[in-house]
Amino acid sequence: MNAKNKKYDAIVIGGGHNGLTAAAYLAKAGKQVLVLERRHLLGGAAVTEELYPGFKYTVYSYVVSLLPPQIIRELELPKHGLHIMPLEGSFTPMEDGNYFANYPDEDDTLDEVRRHSRRDAAIYPVFSNMMYDLAQAVKPILSMVPPDPANPGLSGLKTLSAFGSHFKSLGKEKFYWLTKVMTMSAYDFLSEWFETDVLIATIAQVGIIGTFLGPKSPGTAYVLLHYYLGELDGATSSWGIQKGGTGGVSEAIASAARSYGAEIRCNAPVEQVIVKNGQAVGVVLENGDEIYAKTIISGCDPKVTFRKFVEEKDLPSDLVEAIDNFKFRGSSGKVNLALDALPDFPAMQDKALIRAMQEICPSVDYLEKAYDDAKYGSFSKRPLLGCVIPSAVDPTMAPPGKHVMSIFVQYASYDMPAHGNRDQQRDAFGKAVIDTLEEFSPNIRDLILHKQVITPWDIEKVVGITEGNISHGELMIDQLFFMRPAPGYSKYRTPIRNYYQCGSGTHPGGGIMGTPGRLAAAEILKDGN
Amino acid sequence: MRLSPFNPRTSELCEPYNWSLWQNWLLADMYAPDHIQEYYAIRSACGVFDMSPIPKYHIHGPDAVRYLDRIVTQDVSRCAVGQVLYTAWCDDEGKIMDDGILFRLGEESFRLTTGDPWLFWLEDNTANLNVVIEDVTDLGTLALQGPFSRDLLKTLSKADLDNLRYFHMIEAELAGIPVEISRTGYTGDLGYEIWVQPHQAVPLWDAIFEAGQDYSLVPFGDYALEMARIEAGLLLIDADFYSSKRVVHDFEKSSPLELGIGWAVKMNKDYFIGQKALKAELARGLAWETVGLEIDLNSLEAVYAEFGMPLYLPYEAWMEAVPVYSDGQQIGKATSGTWSPVLKKYIAIARLRPQFTSPGTRVNMEVTIDAQRKQTQATVVKMPFFNPSRKTSLGKV
Ligand SMILES: Cc1cc2nc3c(=O)[nH]c(=O)nc-3n(C[C@H](O)[C@H](O)[C@H](O)COP(=O)(O)OP(=O)(O)OC[C@H]3O[C@@H](n4cnc5c(N)ncnc54)[C@H](O)[C@@H]3O)c2cc1C
Repeated sequence: MNAKNKKYDAIVIGGGHNGLTAAAYLAKAGKQVLVLERRHLLGGAAVTEELYPGFKYTVYSYVVSLLPPQIIRELELPKHGLHIMPLEGSFTPMEDGNYFANYPDEDDTLDEVRRHSRRDAAIYPVFSNMMYDLAQAVKPILSMVPPDPANPGLSGLKTLSAFGSHFKSLGKEKFYWLTKVMTMSAYDFLSEWFETDVLIATIAQVGIIGTFLGPKSPGTAYVLLHYYLGELDGATSSWGIQKGGTGGVSEAIASAARSYGAEIRCNAPVEQVIVKNGQAVGVVLENGDEIYAKTIISGCDPKVTFRKFVEEKDLPSDLVEAIDNFKFRGSSGKVNLALDALPDFPAMQDKALIRAMQEICPSVDYLEKAYDDAKYGSFSKRPLLGCVIPSAVDPTMAPPGKHVMSIFVQYASYDMPAHGNRDQQRDAFGKAVIDTLEEFSPNIRDLILHKQVITPWDIEKVVGITEGNISHGELMIDQLFFMRPAPGYSKYRTPIRNYYQCGSGTHPGGGIMGTPGRLAAAEILKDGN
Repeated sequence: MRLSPFNPRTSELCEPYNWSLWQNWLLADMYAPDHIQEYYAIRSACGVFDMSPIPKYHIHGPDAVRYLDRIVTQDVSRCAVGQVLYTAWCDDEGKIMDDGILFRLGEESFRLTTGDPWLFWLEDNTANLNVVIEDVTDLGTLALQGPFSRDLLKTLSKADLDNLRYFHMIEAELAGIPVEISRTGYTGDLGYEIWVQPHQAVPLWDAIFEAGQDYSLVPFGDYALEMARIEAGLLLIDADFYSSKRVVHDFEKSSPLELGIGWAVKMNKDYFIGQKALKAELARGLAWETVGLEIDLNSLEAVYAEFGMPLYLPYEAWMEAVPVYSDGQQIGKATSGTWSPVLKKYIAIARLRPQFTSPGTRVNMEVTIDAQRKQTQATVVKMPFFNPSRKTSLGKV
């Protein structure tokens, strides 16, 4: 039987890590699964590419923490190449030459906080415990299908009442904090605890990642918590890097999927989902090939899932409206550098911090000003930079003595004004990044052998994510849980029978996490597909 | 207290002042406040461990081969010059006294490294053979371990390291300093041990660390080493077994066959100490066998959940024996265990009754939480837990 006529149980559109995760679970359950990826390589926003000979870029996503232990265990990912190395914490150089460091060792971090404020040092452990407790409280929600309070159904009612008692068991104080974290700005939330500006800035910048909001915008405290929920081997909120770049995570999941029998095809862009009598039955590739399957699963973002792959007439109008209003607003870019040697940060007293994340967010005002630039449709003149030098930990990334630096940048607004063309704007954006970095690492410019600059449009064009939003849509409270991607359509199903969604635009959201893929697969199997 | 010849460097680098004593030599437990980075250097880049305190003996003379064949369990006559053997040695009852590494330096010249010091015993057993035994523990020794260890050494030496086979050694120069390099180690990874005269220890260290900058080299201490050696399924004296000469009760003693190192006992060679007893043991059947355990994390998670706690994983290797059960009956003990960050598994080395040692057998291991004894499920597996092909491969890694 040739591949064209082969009948599959399931087709997954998109070989991002969530699509691959869904495919792996379905194949493990004995299904005949086909993954169709548009690009020549797997991984979507989690890919590694050697764009300059000998130097591997972890092109988009670069640090790992949210991938839960269940998925690692259930798919036996270490056997397939998952190898995540912890980073040394974080390092924030300040404009006056001072710095703040966050170490893996708690006592070291406390000493650092004490250097800035004795008062903050006294409260820091209390804060850490509170965040830990909140993370533990929210974590169970992340690994389950969110019940819809408006229309819970029997099992949903059970889950809801389990939630109820779960939250009651938190106790009053934690419950209040939980409410605050869901609604406040990262800055306000943190200011209730700390007085040290650089400490607040270092924590608060996490709250703006992937959003088009500033640290003082309400809702950013939740984003902070979202990124706090990760762990490395039980160490909460620790971040690491995958050997060979984040593409290695996607490759490991793909290898697991193949080991269970899944078939994976690259260079296979899907044009449309074939819907007959309100039921998905197959896909049409851009080259016109049709492939049929009992179940079709989109690992793409909600806009692509609902507004590209299927026709408006097959969807209820409330969903169409919700998706059209879904906020993507890509705000992050990336600059990847090939370096001739390790860069020097004069503020870095402890040289081990070269293996940490170097965060350019010297103060809260700095972040808020960076946001101001972007608010009116531009990029930040002095952006937030999250730098990591993977080659300082993983020598496979660059030739001996040479390095790669991965710089996550905010803000780059998707709607940059029409002056100049995109190439010119990209160049200007890249220049702003290097100019800014140079303030804190004066020799950086001289070390650059090659540079890749990525704006939100590049992410949209290359990875296929609408407006280039890193999370397939902002992680705002009105776009989370039973409202992700739209109220009533949060359980990985769609109004079209046998058509499912499993990308980061579904609960619990973005990041290298795999949970959307895992939960979607479980729902599909539950439906008997 | 004695100091390694590398102490001028290690003492500068041992940031948390976290030292312990090994045969009264000062040994760094870790160099950074957190040993996990050091562990990852062994598995992802490369690391250096100062193993100078390890007891070392130079055994030479016309009867060196006969002498060694008399005392150790390996077949020394079959060991070529430049070859290295892992071996054990026993008492007359066939109970293990220690294990170590035997290097054949020349036709009549060997070096033996041991867990405990054994000079008195080595001398007592020369049995009028023409052999000289010298304690050469002062020799400086560095273990350079990890996937990039070969690339690093190649920048310092013209020696043919691409073709140096696992468990073989060569004489070479590193940055102009005469050394011996053996492709050996206690991590189960690609790695080398480098032997140097004490007065050249510091220059050697400096040269290696200078070159190491290009390979993310870090020094590592005992904590990282323990995790790695458990993953490699390598035994440790005073943890996985005790020396028969240093314990009082029979139950504390074990035979190399029970410890799973029967492959290093060449039963059919000429007489060696303990041979008769070991042959009898083999005929009788073993009382114990040594296997790996993989702790079932879902089961362990459930145990912690009883206490309202999230799963706790042992980041530091433990080495106090804990009971292992089957159907409520104790069937043995786990002697060391650790969380394995590369495997994402909780693993342990265990000695069990033979009827429970086939791979896949389900057993229970004790865990204590808040001084309450609980059990977690575990599965018997073959060791080593971690065995990358680069450990033994030649040419480009
Ligand atoms: C610049 C950047 C930095 C980030 N940094 C981090 C980080 O450090 N840590 C972290 O945890 N997360 C990070 N993220 C977020 C994280 O990478 C994403 O949320 C996650 O990878 C998305 O995975 P996914 O599988 O849901 O979707 P995607 O990775 O977007 O995968 C979707 C796939 O669908 C394919 N596709 C699209 N259209 C079609 C079609 N018509 N036919 C077939 N295939 C199609 C795409 O090519 C893509 O492979 C970052 C994201 C970006 C963009």
